[in-house]
Amino acid sequence: MNIDKRIADDMAANGISFVTTVPCKQLAGVIEEIDQREDMLHIPSNKEDEGMGLCAGAWMGGKRPAIIMQNTAIGVTINTLATLIQYYRMPLPMLISYRGELREPVACQVEMAVHTKALLAQLNIPTYHLHWQKDVEELDNILKYTFMCNKPVAILTDANFWGGYGDQ
Amino acid sequence: MIRSEILREIAPTLRDQLVVCNIGIPSQELHAIDDQPSNFYMLGTMGLASSIGLGLALAQPKPVIVIDGDGSILTNLGTLPTIGNNAPSNYILMIIDNGSYGSTGDQPTYTSQRTDLTGMARAAGCARVVEVQDVDTGPVLEEALASGEATVMVVKCDSGNAKMPVITMDPVVIRDRFMKAIAS
Repeated sequence: MNIDKRIADDMAANGISFVTTVPCKQLAGVIEEIDQREDMLHIPSNKEDEGMGLCAGAWMGGKRPAIIMQNTAIGVTINTLATLIQYYRMPLPMLISYRGELREPVACQVEMAVHTKALLAQLNIPTYHLHWQKDVEELDNILKYTFMCNKPVAILTDANFWGGYGDQ
Repeated sequence: MIRSEILREIAPTLRDQLVVCNIGIPSQELHAIDDQPSNFYMLGTMGLASSIGLGLALAQPKPVIVIDGDGSILTNLGTLPTIGNNAPSNYILMIIDNGSYGSTGDQPTYTSQRTDLTGMARAAGCARVVEVQDVDTGPVLEEALASGEATVMVVKCDSGNAKMPVITMDPVVIRDRFMKAIAS
């Protein structure tokens, strides 16, 4: 299975046509896949809160959006999630590289990993953790759920899901 | 001129357009001067008006006017390269540059000293950037709408706020009527 294509296909099948990204090494393949697709507009953003603003506007303009980012971004975007995405009741699937989990080689990444689920729980953001590659089978249902309830939803994907980080 | 005087002058132009308005006193002023379903008022999230407007302009063909401020642009400076590289022809970013953080007590921003937002927007890749004096805002905005090009306007004006009531409309109502105006 080509996991990057599978993810992009599920997003397209759920009508997602506007994607903004802030890169992570684990997400490089899926970002490249999305960038090449003609059924998705890919607008890279410089910071994740900026990206959420783009998604909010795109959704109000009639396109289903998604953001692809690293879990460190939860620290950047709490205010945006609370006062824009949640306050105005907007759907936002967040495909998140969950750095600092099992098979992580960079110790500093663990420092935000230990806060990630707690912060998402504090924000009442539905959170799914994909650990094995077969867990991608949930993605279609998660995306349907997101656009059903008009909430931000976190999809955490760790190094094990991506088959290890680099040589680890 | 201060911001509210500019908004009052351009209200007849804004009335027929999709407007995304910056957090705080700018939204309160626009709401009090000429509330329209086609206005999206930001109630929180400082800095993202330009990004919300850009996403909206990319998603649909109607013109989008973003009313932003120098302080909010400075807090989300990454927006300028994203605009410079992606803004479609229906996007107008109007930065009311009064050199101060109006909603928090008129503390000076760096644009009141050495920082030049017009130059920064150009350096970020924005092709059509127009620096405007407050009294010329109306005609320049009309030109921007007629130009068929993405435009960044930097409107130089005086610091100061009109005293207007806080917006008490529910955010979902603001968003819902805005989406209906977009779709109509």
